[in-house]
Amino acid sequence: MTSFFVNGQSVIVDVDPDTPLLWVLRDELKLTGTKFGCGIAQCGACTVHLDGMPRRSCVTPIASVAGGKVTTIEGISGKEADAVTRAWIALDVPQCGYCQSGQVMTAVALLAEIREPTDSDIDAAMAGNVCRCATYVRIRAAIHRAAATLGA
Amino acid sequence: MRYLSTLQQAVLVTRREFLRTAGTAGAGLIVSVKLGGLAWAQRSGAASVIQSEDAQGTIDATGFVKVSPDNTVTVMVKHLEMGQGPYTGLTTLVAEELDAHWSQMRAQGAPANTELYKNLAFGIQGTGGSTAIANSYEQMRKAGATARAMLVAAAAEEWGVPAKEISVRKGVLRHSASGEQATFGQLAERAAKMAPPNDVQLKDPSRFTLIGSSVGKLDSPEKSTGQAIYTIDVQRPDVLTVLVAHPPRFGAKAIAVDDTQARAVRGVVDIKTIPQGVAVYAKGFWPASKARAALKITWDESGTEMRSTAQLLAQYRAHAEQPQVAASSRGNAQTAMEKAVRRYEAEYVFPYLAHAPMEPLDCAIELSDGACQAWFGSQLQTVDHMTIAKVMELPAEKVGIGTLLAGGSFGRRAQPAGDLAGEAAAALKALGRDASIKLVWTREDDIRGGRYRPFTLHRLRGGLDKSGNIVAWDQTIVSQSIIKGSPFEMMIKDGVDPTMVEGAADLPYAIANLRVSAHATEVGVPVLWWRSVGHTHTGYATETFLDELLVASGKDPVQGRLALLKSEPRHAGVLKAVANLARWKGAKVGDGRARGVAVHKSFDTYVAQIAEVSMGSNGLPKVEHVWCAIDCGVAVNPEVIKAQMEGGIGYGLGAVLFDEITLDQGRVVQANFNNYRMLRIDEMPKVDVVVIRSTEKPTGVGEPGVPPIGPAVANAWRALTGTSVRHLPFNRVSV
Repeated sequence: MTSFFVNGQSVIVDVDPDTPLLWVLRDELKLTGTKFGCGIAQCGACTVHLDGMPRRSCVTPIASVAGGKVTTIEGISGKEADAVTRAWIALDVPQCGYCQSGQVMTAVALLAEIREPTDSDIDAAMAGNVCRCATYVRIRAAIHRAAATLGA
Repeated sequence: MRYLSTLQQAVLVTRREFLRTAGTAGAGLIVSVKLGGLAWAQRSGAASVIQSEDAQGTIDATGFVKVSPDNTVTVMVKHLEMGQGPYTGLTTLVAEELDAHWSQMRAQGAPANTELYKNLAFGIQGTGGSTAIANSYEQMRKAGATARAMLVAAAAEEWGVPAKEISVRKGVLRHSASGEQATFGQLAERAAKMAPPNDVQLKDPSRFTLIGSSVGKLDSPEKSTGQAIYTIDVQRPDVLTVLVAHPPRFGAKAIAVDDTQARAVRGVVDIKTIPQGVAVYAKGFWPASKARAALKITWDESGTEMRSTAQLLAQYRAHAEQPQVAASSRGNAQTAMEKAVRRYEAEYVFPYLAHAPMEPLDCAIELSDGACQAWFGSQLQTVDHMTIAKVMELPAEKVGIGTLLAGGSFGRRAQPAGDLAGEAAAALKALGRDASIKLVWTREDDIRGGRYRPFTLHRLRGGLDKSGNIVAWDQTIVSQSIIKGSPFEMMIKDGVDPTMVEGAADLPYAIANLRVSAHATEVGVPVLWWRSVGHTHTGYATETFLDELLVASGKDPVQGRLALLKSEPRHAGVLKAVANLARWKGAKVGDGRARGVAVHKSFDTYVAQIAEVSMGSNGLPKVEHVWCAIDCGVAVNPEVIKAQMEGGIGYGLGAVLFDEITLDQGRVVQANFNNYRMLRIDEMPKVDVVVIRSTEKPTGVGEPGVPPIGPAVANAWRALTGTSVRHLPFNRVSV
């Protein structure tokens, strides 16, 4: 039994302690916005926030999350999240869209830390999130746009 | 499994709310489409995508457009949405002729139904070859115009006025003399009773308001908020996750399985041997994954491919020296080559490539009371439907496929042999009872699963006369046939698979003596079309070799090409446009940078690109900036077209720089993104795109952005470093 918080709710799950957080979210809690892409922390599709920091849920054993506060794409809120989501839609960033939950989660964490990121800040923060459709031009533009709306 | 009840309830309530809302969309007030048992989500506000997990039902012969009493208009989109934008594009075509307000438009993926939803370019239901807009352009506009005529007829009847006095604008019908007006929703019920007109007049393009206007994409909101439902997200009662242990060599069969340890994993329900391998059924992915790793399997590998990449290459080189089948010929290349003053020769090698869509292959499928229903990102629904029926030993009418959003494909989900559907059905059948399963491939299954872009060798010879004009061109292509043995085999003409030579056999340049030949190899590695198919290698080989010949004779790469394209105005058009956009003044730009250009037609769309590169810290090209011009005829949605060029550039660039699948005695060496590497954001160049204004019929944009980027970068790299890269990828480690 592991207890932790997901999107502000307390949860208890009874799974093997080595079960990755990703599969607890998806298979046990039916929160499917967080995606499976590689299983080895190479693509970022599974990115969630753990205690406010981006985390690859596919390699995070549930036992290590005990007592922690997990936020998924379904639960993000606040001005950074709002600005990022709006910018993503305004610039039509997604193509297939499968990686975008992870992209949004990383971008929100970036803007929470750096209010006006440069291109190289964006590259450094987002390089762990693969987009096979290569929507990177628009991801970069959308982060700048979100930053601009936050500054206004 | 126990969870604290609040979150579980929240999840369940959300789902119930969705279904409840979905079920109240009003009954029977349908224009031009009848639906049985299909849940239509009732939405308000912005244009959007409707996601239904339950796509069972029948739709009549005009089943593309539904106008609801709630004033929404839903378009059944016959093409798989895997990122290239058909949901938005096809919905735009309907909305244009319907004179709808964009905010009332909805899109939904059409289920398997070949008669209704066949691709007019294929004759079967499927998506690919960059045909979605091209084959639907008139069909969807006619669907919209038909629905419009029925709404107008309904208004004329209700108001007692002549139909020709009624105008329609942005979703509102008006009769100015009487002052009557109504929304589509208000007239939906009456319109459903009107006879569809036999013929409809389509708008003159000068009156288009939505086509060409870059309306926002319908699926952006769901995809930006984690709400989009892909196959892997499908929820069914008591579903079992299935992972299949696939053989280490293609086509090997499991002959003995020790599953003692695997069955001891908590959550494992069953283990069965199926033709594709050994299937593990479990309550969730993780127990299935652990159990699969614990299986001890003995494989019969007799007759499987045992060669390594180096051996394949040696044999391909030998094939290139043998007599070939001519794919195209003009003048006399052999004589002209002998007479040439200067002769050049080059060998090109292209590796196997995995598509690696972000969502690994997956398929949800269930058997209940003698009927089988699947939900997945099916790209060739007709083939998948037939495959499931055959494996399940059910009549076709007892099998349904709901088409879901696909997390990328790039060709991978268009399976001429229905591999994935067949594997899912085999796993379901093996249980021998009613059940619901979700087959999930891991990334390792994907990278090692075959169906690659074929390993290919080109031998090119070119001859110049004393003035430096190209007088002879002789190209030999050695590769595996993609379509041999597939339902598309009839495309093979005179022994030549056109997908092997496309982009080379139709070389656009005015070279008097040309010969292009092909040699099809037999290798036990399954191959498939990979975003832009044969053009992935022909574009690279022709555009780099031509560039070398032009530079060797002192010509500018842009001007030299233009001189050979006097009879090809659309090639020349995009080339001039991209040169203008980039302010091209030659390949050398100084400051540690150089430029290269390439132009290539694929799928009837013309694309030219200029790449500016510098020396990267890893010794590979750093691509700083790419300029792109595209002529795809009528530009239905210029922003989608630009996005496809950006994405195609990134997809092609990653492959050229990093990617190769290699074989070690028949086993695939690479396994995951750690050793089959994707382009990342810090490697993505700046991209500027210009879309040529055109009144030609629209052509595709999903693939044509890919072929020019490799040769443009290679040409720039040669200008910068003097090195010709002819054996891909740039960071090749093997052979």
